[in-house]
Amino acid sequence: MNSDHEIKMWTPNTVILFVLMTVGLVAIFYRLANGLGAATNLNNTYPWGLWLGFDVLGGVAMAAGGFTIAAAIYLFNWKKYKPIGRPAILTAFLGYLLAIVALFLDIGHPFRLWHPSIMWQVHSVMWVVAIHVILYTTTLAIESSPMLFEKFNMKKALKVVNGIMIGAVVFGVMLSTLHQASLGAVFLIAPSKMSPLWFTNFMPYMFLVSAIAMGLAMVSAEAMFSAKAFGHKIDKEIYFGLARGLFTTLLVYLVLKLFFLISNSSLATPFNGSVESNMYLLEMFIGVILPVCLLASRKIRTNMNNILTVNWLVIVGVLVNRMNICIFSMQEYSTAKGASYFPSAIELLVTLGIFAMGIFLFKMAAKHLPLFSEA
Amino acid sequence: MAINRRDFLKVSAGSGLLLASNTSPAVAAPKPLPPEAVGILYDATLCIGCKSCMVNCKKFNSMPGGALYREGGDIPYEHITPEEIYDAPTELSDKTLNIIKAYKSESADGSDADMERYSYIKNHCLHCIDPACASVCPVGALIKDPNDGVVSYDQDKCIGCRYCQIACPFGIPKFEWQETSPKIVKCQLCHHRYKEGNYSACCEYCPTGASIFGKVADLREEAKRRLTLSPGSKYEFPVQTVDSGNRQFKEVGNYLEQIYGMTEAGGTQYLFMSGVPFDKLGFNPNITDQAYPDLTWGYIKKVPVLIVALLIAGAASHVITRRDNLSDSK
Repeated sequence: MNSDHEIKMWTPNTVILFVLMTVGLVAIFYRLANGLGAATNLNNTYPWGLWLGFDVLGGVAMAAGGFTIAAAIYLFNWKKYKPIGRPAILTAFLGYLLAIVALFLDIGHPFRLWHPSIMWQVHSVMWVVAIHVILYTTTLAIESSPMLFEKFNMKKALKVVNGIMIGAVVFGVMLSTLHQASLGAVFLIAPSKMSPLWFTNFMPYMFLVSAIAMGLAMVSAEAMFSAKAFGHKIDKEIYFGLARGLFTTLLVYLVLKLFFLISNSSLATPFNGSVESNMYLLEMFIGVILPVCLLASRKIRTNMNNILTVNWLVIVGVLVNRMNICIFSMQEYSTAKGASYFPSAIELLVTLGIFAMGIFLFKMAAKHLPLFSEA
Repeated sequence: MAINRRDFLKVSAGSGLLLASNTSPAVAAPKPLPPEAVGILYDATLCIGCKSCMVNCKKFNSMPGGALYREGGDIPYEHITPEEIYDAPTELSDKTLNIIKAYKSESADGSDADMERYSYIKNHCLHCIDPACASVCPVGALIKDPNDGVVSYDQDKCIGCRYCQIACPFGIPKFEWQETSPKIVKCQLCHHRYKEGNYSACCEYCPTGASIFGKVADLREEAKRRLTLSPGSKYEFPVQTVDSGNRQFKEVGNYLEQIYGMTEAGGTQYLFMSGVPFDKLGFNPNITDQAYPDLTWGYIKKVPVLIVALLIAGAASHVITRRDNLSDSK
C-alpha cells in the first residue's frame, strides 16, 4: 500500500503544528539545561502542576478510547466499530508516548525514568502506574504494528501479530482499565489536603468511568476530524452508537458524582463561591450536566453537529477534572501555606508542543500508513 | 446459548462493582514502634525561641552524611547575594530542615483566656511510624530504618517525582527546585551522627530541654509524666536527652491534655507538647489517626485480583460474544 496522496503534507495547519513543535522543543531544551525551578512555576506547595495534571493525567485519559474501542471490537465483538479501531488504538499509543515525554520532563531526574522498572516498590501506586505505562505502551505498539507490517508487506510478522492480537487486546484492556483507575488511586494518599468535593475512596473508579467517557468522546471527535481533514467517511451509525455509549457512561458518572457529593460534603458546597467550588461547578457543567442534557433527546443525539459539540464538552470537562484533582483540589491547603501557582510560559509552550506533536504524528500515520483500512 | 451479551455485560459490571465496593480502608491496628525507635520530644512550654537548634541543625547537616551536605561542605544559607549572606528562613525549604516559629494569640475579646497566649513551635520531619512518603516512593528512595525507625533518603535512587510532597500530610519533604540535579530534602534525625555516639544536633544544642532526644518509648513515658504534673509545680526537666544526667529544675507549664504524635497519622517518633492547641500552631486539623499508607494499600492489594478477574472476564467475553455472533449470522 502506498502513501495516501490525497492528504497534503504542507497545509497551513501543519505549518502551525511545526511552529508549535519547534518552540516546544526549544522550551524542552531550556528545561533540561536549567532545571525545574527555572522552567516552571512549581513550588513546594504545588509540586505538581500543568505537566502532571494536563499532559500526563489528561493525556492518559484522552488515550482511553484505545481500550474502550478495542474491547468493543475484540471482546464484545461489536464489529460495526472496526473502522475506527486502528485510529483509536493509534491515538492511545500516541497519547501514552506523549504522556511519557511529559513525565520525562516533569521528574527531577529525567534520565532516571527507568528506575521503577528495577527498583520494585509494590506498596507505591506510582510504581504500579509506572509498570502499567511500560507494559501498556508496549501492548499498544503491538496492537498498532499490523499497520507497519502491511505497509512494508511483511506477511510473516503480520501473521504472528494477528495470531496474538486477541491475547494482546485482553491483556491491554486489563492493563488500561487498571492504569486509569490507578491514576485516581495516586491521590488516595492525600485526604487531609484535598477538598471533599473530589476526595473519595472511590477515586480510582471515578477516574475509570470518566476516562471511558473521555475515550468515547475522543474517538468520535477524532473520526469526525479525520472525515473532514482526510476525507475518510464512516457510517453515521458509529457516531450514534458512540453517543449512546457516552450518554450511558455520563449518566453513571453523574449519579456517582452526586452520590459522593452528598455523602462526603453537601449539595450546597459547590455553591459557596470558593475557587474549588467554582472549578467543581465548571467541570460538572461542561463535562457532565450539559452533555447529559444534550444527549438525552434522541433528536439531538442523532445530529452530527450536536454530537461534535458534546464530544468537545466532554473532552474539555474531563481535562478540567484532571487539573482540578491535581491542582485545585488542594487549593485550600496550599493557600493556607501562602503559595500560589500559575503555569509558566515554558510549561505552556511545552504542553502545546507535545499536543502539536501528537496531532502531527496522527496525521503522518493517516498519510503513510493504512490507518483507515479495517483489516 | 443461554447467556446473551447484555446479561453477560451486566454480570461482569456487577462483579466489578462488588470488588470496588470494598474500598473504604478499615482503620487497621496501628503499626508497632520499631524495636530501637528513636525520636524527639519537643515541649513548647520550655522553648525560648533562641533558634540554637536551627543554627546547629544546619551546621551539622552540612557535614558529610548530613541531609544538607553538598560537595565542598558549604552551609546552604537561605540568602546569598553579592552584598551579604544571611539566613532568616520563614518556612522549611531545601536549605532548612528545622524551623522555630512563634505564635501569638490574636483574640481581643479574651476568648483565649484559658490558654497560653504565646508559644513557639518547632517544625521538622515527624518520622511517622508508618510514613506516607516512604510508602508512595516508586523507587524506594525514602526508607524507614527497620531498627531505629528514622526515615532517610537515598539521593541516587530518587527520580524526583515529588509524590512524597503530595503524600506527606505534614508538608515536610522539600525539593531542590533550583538544581538541575535536584534532591528531596528533609530532616533525617541526624542519622549520620549516631555512629560516633552523637544524636540529633537540635537536641544537643537546645539549652532549655525543649527538644530532647531519646528512645520513643522513654519519650512517651516522659511526656505522659509531664501531663500528670500540676501547672506551677516544680519538676526536674531533662536536657539534651531523655535519660541525661543534665537536668534543670523548672516550673511546670500549662499543658494541653494532648501529646501530638501519639496517634496522629498512625503515630510519629517526634512528639509535641504545648499549651496552645496544635491547629493554632500550624498543624493541619484535617490530619487523622489514620496510618496514611493504608489508604493506597487498600487499593493496591486488590490489583492482583483485579488483574486475574479482568483477564478472565475479557477472554470469556470474547469467546461468548463470538459464539453469539456466529449463531446470529446463521
